[in-house]
Amino acid sequence: MVRHRIPVTLEEALEHLNETTYKIIAGGTDLMVQNRAWSELPPKFDAPLLFCFNLEALKYVKEENAFIKIGSMTDLETLLHHPLTPEILRKVIYEMASPAIRKVSTLSGNIGNASPAADSLLALYALDAKVEIKSQKETRLSTVSELILGPRKTALKQNEIITEIIIPKSSFTQTCFVKVGGRRADAISKVAFVGCASVENNVIKDIRMTINAVAARLIRRQDIEKGLCEKTPDEVKQNVNAILEAYSTSIQPIDDQRSNKDYRKYTANNLIKAFLNTL
Amino acid sequence: MTKITFTFNGKPIELHTDPSRRFLDVIRNDLKHTGPKEGCGEGECGACAVLINGHIVNSCILPLANVHHQEVMTIEGFSKTKRYAVIEEAFIKEGAVQCGICIPGMIIAVESLLNRNPNPSDEEIRVGLSGNLCRCTGYNMIVKAVLRAKEMGKGLW
Ligand SMILES: Cc1cc2nc3c(=O)[nH]c(=O)nc-3n(C[C@H](O)[C@H](O)[C@H](O)COP(=O)(O)OP(=O)(O)OC[C@H]3O[C@@H](n4cnc5c(N)ncnc54)[C@H](O)[C@@H]3O)c2cc1C
Ligand code: FES
Ligand code: FES
Repeated sequence: MVRHRIPVTLEEALEHLNETTYKIIAGGTDLMVQNRAWSELPPKFDAPLLFCFNLEALKYVKEENAFIKIGSMTDLETLLHHPLTPEILRKVIYEMASPAIRKVSTLSGNIGNASPAADSLLALYALDAKVEIKSQKETRLSTVSELILGPRKTALKQNEIITEIIIPKSSFTQTCFVKVGGRRADAISKVAFVGCASVENNVIKDIRMTINAVAARLIRRQDIEKGLCEKTPDEVKQNVNAILEAYSTSIQPIDDQRSNKDYRKYTANNLIKAFLNTL
Repeated sequence: MTKITFTFNGKPIELHTDPSRRFLDVIRNDLKHTGPKEGCGEGECGACAVLINGHIVNSCILPLANVHHQEVMTIEGFSKTKRYAVIEEAFIKEGAVQCGICIPGMIIAVESLLNRNPNPSDEEIRVGLSGNLCRCTGYNMIVKAVLRAKEMGKGLW
């Protein structure tokens, strides 16, 4: 008989994870749907669950030196309204799901689920976010992008839990989020885009672009971004076709029930182009 | 079997059951409250909505464990409040109810919205209710009902 656990403290959760195999569940908005059984029956899981959503010690948002630190069980609705939430992350969360879903979903769930269409990851990749990961014996840091290996695959070990999301403070002269989906609320992206840039004295000082749902993992091409820095916006606009050409090796979408390859590729190109044109 | 305790429409509840069960099933089958409905069962329609600590949540994808030590209110509990009476009257006056199946969830969404923002604009109402589907009204009457409720109930939220 499976024995699910509802730990009261983080230490207790880490102890359980060290004992045997558990599936961590936060808000459950991905897991409860993915493991859905018939109505009136409990969902089916292949491991006992470790319920972490109500771990009070992991619910906080704070500022420390040059970083914003978010406890991993903070819900997205709280983040949406929190004054410390970085602007671009707020823009993304505003268009995720609905108020009811946001109240019971988390950034660590969006990361742990490792969907190629995850929206918060667009902002987390662009902001160079890291996560703090704990096991009973060790605490380590990883960038969000290195933690995600592919669809539904992360580099988390069986005894580890994400405890904190760490976002370096940054400022941009412009940020943009565009999500293309079937419905304004509660839609999984067909493709979505985040752009952040700083233009000073008509020179691009910083530029970051991320795209989801057009490859097995989110796309961020820092090599291309670097090439655009120290250029003027006009130089970049004149070069749009070459820039899109450079991105095309990474933009490798698939057909699925939400959209198709051609539409996704075409739209991703247009989103990059439109953002560059706003510089 | 795990012991789960929470407040349900103001009353303390203690259950010994599987904490991974959908809270909607616990509400309807164990607690015999049939106000929350099952529409999609996947978090997309809002028919199963309840208030947890005053905020809307979809009970069809909420594991029972996550309500441990929380305050839950369903449409049955909410219907005994003054704020409910205002929302009800506004919905009737605007003709915002047709078949009715979305309405328990819709009213929970209105309460949750007005809790956060007692004076929402037309657009803020549409965003606030965006997780609740209604196949009958076309939403305009519902939006008008919320605009009316916020005027009628000034000071209540
Ligand atoms: C109706 C609906 C609409 C949605 N809309 C969107 C949308 O617009 N955009 C979007 O990106 N997603 C959307 N989602 C998906 C989902 O809500 C998000 O991915 C959410 O962030 C998941 O968080 P959670 O806490 O519910 O995760 P859970 O379901 O609890 O967990 C998801 C995964 O993460 C792992 N995990 C969770 N926390 C940790 C931790 N601390 N350490 C290690 N592993 C962990 C779990 O083991 C599991 O594998 C939607 C879902 C629904 C049902
Ligand atoms: S039945 Fe719960 S959201 Fe549709
Ligand atoms: S009144 Fe029929 S679904 Fe809303």
